[in-house]
Amino acid sequence: MPHEENGRVIEFENVGLRYGLGPEVLQDVTFSLPAGSFHFLVGPSGAGKSSLLRLMYLALKPSRGLITLFGRDIATTPRRALPALRRRIGVVFQDFRLLNHLSAFDNVALPLRVAGNREDDVRKHVIELLSWVGLKDHVGARPPTLSGGQQQKVAIARAVIGRPRLLLADEPTGNIDDKMAFRLMHLFEELNKLGTTVVIATHNEALVARVGHGCLRLDQGHFAAEPGIEGVSGSPAPVGRTAGGTRDRLLRSSAGDAA
Amino acid sequence: MLNPRTDLPLDRDSHGRFLPWIIAFVVFLASLALAGTLFLDSLAAGWERGVSATLSVQIPASGDEADDDRRTDAALIGLRSAPGVVRADLVSAERVAALLEPWLGPATAAGDLPLPRLIDVEIDDDVEVAELTRALQARVPDATIDDHRVWLDRLVRLVRAIELLAGATLALMSAATAGTVVFATRTGLAVHQDVIEVLHLIGAQDAYIARQFARRAQAHAIRGAAVGLALAVPTLGAIGYLATRLEPELLPELSLSPIGWSAFLVLPLAAAAIAAVTARLTVIRSLARMP
Repeated sequence: MPHEENGRVIEFENVGLRYGLGPEVLQDVTFSLPAGSFHFLVGPSGAGKSSLLRLMYLALKPSRGLITLFGRDIATTPRRALPALRRRIGVVFQDFRLLNHLSAFDNVALPLRVAGNREDDVRKHVIELLSWVGLKDHVGARPPTLSGGQQQKVAIARAVIGRPRLLLADEPTGNIDDKMAFRLMHLFEELNKLGTTVVIATHNEALVARVGHGCLRLDQGHFAAEPGIEGVSGSPAPVGRTAGGTRDRLLRSSAGDAA
Repeated sequence: MLNPRTDLPLDRDSHGRFLPWIIAFVVFLASLALAGTLFLDSLAAGWERGVSATLSVQIPASGDEADDDRRTDAALIGLRSAPGVVRADLVSAERVAALLEPWLGPATAAGDLPLPRLIDVEIDDDVEVAELTRALQARVPDATIDDHRVWLDRLVRLVRAIELLAGATLALMSAATAGTVVFATRTGLAVHQDVIEVLHLIGAQDAYIARQFARRAQAHAIRGAAVGLALAVPTLGAIGYLATRLEPELLPELSLSPIGWSAFLVLPLAAAAIAAVTARLTVIRSLARMP
């Protein structure tokens, strides 16, 4: 990518965030994530994990500090250039935020449509991805008629359909059992192996320990251990090769050039 | 065009349903205003044509019949020999009495009052009225020429004022339509805030979201305008029929030129354009507050 500097997908420098006139919910947050890395964002409830993610997917602007995304300083990037950056970020929201009046197909198609893809390309990619996550028979179903696990799959499919460079997930294992959670982690690792930088906010420390990746540990609005970065390494943790060839191919083809 | 696909559930919004009806009403009223304007325009043009080619010459009564006859003959001879005069005829005393009767009562018909002599003159378009007046008054000093200009100018001024009023009414109606669309769009933005935020976060440009509102407003406007126009046509037909039955001589036939007809077809297009542009601007202004 033209703007990407020294392999850093995202950089925070002394970032602070306050809502209105309240106290700072994030203070002096400094870190940078190398392209292709995999991180957990952990910390107790109320530590500011969601706020940090909201800054990362450009739902908020910081009160102070510098955020550099794909090599571009967010503060000086014109507003009309931001949607193109957002399209390179996939987000699995905590409550999924699926559009209940649209079918699973249309929900997953949204990122491609807002990016102006041709409708027959959209159709092909969305059907492929929905088949891959196991929702082939629920293409026309509206989210309220799907189970929690199925809704989550739709949400993940929508987050990855545009083949994002950065995938953010907020408590994705919040309301599913451990077995499902582990399978989900596996899916994120698969995406990570394809080059996507992954950040998962969770308070499920057991899961973090089990999967084992770098941790960004937030406590009361700032990183617990100075300089606040543990385990930020350029290489994703090794994961046993699975029979993922088909999935890789599917992901590659489904992503297309949405951005 | 009437059922655009949208990511936002705009077609299920109850607050949007009143929009076509309001636009139907506005287009109905606008059609009447437009028809009135076109009618007045052709009326004024008709008067202008009918009146500008004629003059009235008045020979005041002196009390001496013989003298009146002599001066009238002199005026007639002078007029008929003047260049550009097509025709000059004496209006009969009975006709003059009949014309004055509504104002002066039956006394005029009995011949109790001295009546002026009237000469009805038809002229070419390029005749200088002032020149003609001078020539006439050289022969008959107290003859006066009325070219109806003062009367006509006043009427035309009145017609133009009414047309201006109709134009202002149309402008107000456009503003009212725009205001309604702003209100409906703002309500839609508030109702669908969550959906809009999701679209925003997955990388939709403001224009992408605005387009959906604009298309919906445009579809509403076209539907409403069609209804309004469909109601206006029979109404205008009825008014035209009544008018020709009441005063067939005074009022010209309400017939529309091709330009007149296309003016009516412009109404729905204008309504659709106002609705679409207003909705778009409203959404873009509102979304600019998001980061």
